[in-house]
Amino acid sequence: MGSIANAFSSSIGKKLIMGITGLFLISFLIVHCFLNSFVFFDNTGVLFNEGAHFMSTNWIIRAMEVVLMLGLLMHIIQGARLTFQNQAARPEKYAYNNGNANSKWYSRSMGLLGTLLLIFLIVHLSQFWRVSRFTGIPTTDAAGNEDLYAVMKETFSNIWFVILYVLSMISLAYHLLHGFASAFQTMGWNHKKYTPMIKVIGVWFSILIPLIFAAMPVWIYLGL
Amino acid sequence: MSTGNMNLTLKVWRQKNNKAKGKLVDYKVSGISPDMSFLEMFDVLNEGLITKGDEPVVFDHDCREGICGMCSMFINGRPHGPKNAVTTCQLHMRSFKDGDTIVVEPWRAKAFPVIKDLTVNRSAFDRVIAAGGFISVNTGNAQDANSLPIPKARADAAFEAAACIGCGACVAACKNASAMLFVSAKISQLALLPQGQPERYKRVQNMVAQMDAEGFGSCTNTGACEAECPKGISLENIARMNRDYYSAKFVSEDEV
Repeated sequence: MGSIANAFSSSIGKKLIMGITGLFLISFLIVHCFLNSFVFFDNTGVLFNEGAHFMSTNWIIRAMEVVLMLGLLMHIIQGARLTFQNQAARPEKYAYNNGNANSKWYSRSMGLLGTLLLIFLIVHLSQFWRVSRFTGIPTTDAAGNEDLYAVMKETFSNIWFVILYVLSMISLAYHLLHGFASAFQTMGWNHKKYTPMIKVIGVWFSILIPLIFAAMPVWIYLGL
Repeated sequence: MSTGNMNLTLKVWRQKNNKAKGKLVDYKVSGISPDMSFLEMFDVLNEGLITKGDEPVVFDHDCREGICGMCSMFINGRPHGPKNAVTTCQLHMRSFKDGDTIVVEPWRAKAFPVIKDLTVNRSAFDRVIAAGGFISVNTGNAQDANSLPIPKARADAAFEAAACIGCGACVAACKNASAMLFVSAKISQLALLPQGQPERYKRVQNMVAQMDAEGFGSCTNTGACEAECPKGISLENIARMNRDYYSAKFVSEDEV
């Protein structure tokens, strides 16, 4: 047991936590993106509200919500700790460093991109999650479900929120562009047959998922 | 590629000792042949400084043929300069143009303290090796070639890992000053071969613990180390080290 606790406090163990929680959060993005895509198919919001109702009443989903929040917290806290520790490993910076010659800017900016995403999450959770879980939604739709869709329409009638959401999804795209394949490498899953495949899937995932998410506020703002 | 001799402006990091504060100092060098190596250009600079009665720039070098791992300059923002897969001693002045300004700094990492000017103390690497980068068996006489069958691909991978010269360019290039490319190469060269098996999982735990104790950062998979490594050591070694580390910590019943 001592060996296991000690493993997680090593440089490799800390990264393992980032990788595991990162992949878990990626799996969450898939579910979230799939359910929210209902907004594209029904502009009365009945379909979307039905999905939201299922998610908020199913006990497996509610239990996973707790796991998700814990995973998110671990990813954030561990990410911040690693960023500071890694900065401390080079107390005196280079006077001139040509980082672009050997690596991509977003792979070196995961801490910054993550911070932007954290700010977005605080706004996003207070706009939707807090409302649907705690303060409650007074209105109901034609099918009698809580009208979360109306909250969405209200929020995205403000162009500034639409812009914030789109910009945040660009941050997410770059965060994933490095994070997706990086998580596999950290877990030790580097393989001549699978790694090229993981890299291609990673690029497509990093473009498609944030693109679908970013389309939602735009779609609603335009009243489509 | 220039053919005539070159005049260059150098901005070189000068630092009296580990405690002193360093700074970039401008120097002019003239009549530099494009066929000179970067270190020979520094010899010209130093001869000029000595003639003038100034202190020469201290820098590490030994074999000057790209195999010892002693040279270590951070040139124009990149370890070992602008070319891929070469050490500073094998970088030639034809890679620069007449009139260029070249910034030269030491490797920068908490684990590599500056001794003087461009020379840093890399004994942290020696301590990582001493923690487990060896096999504790009496190898005896050379055996019959086929007494230990090893697949070709495996032998090649071990050989490629063993090409690491321990220069520290990976640490210098990494935004986190992480030594994982070096440590993983030194682990892989033994983990891939039969002689390395008895101590395989003990080795990875001890070497990673020493690496952490030395104050190197952790890997964020930017790939900068692999891109700058003069010997082309692959990131696959880091994944292999991670796998061995997880096996040692989570699967093996032996405590180190």
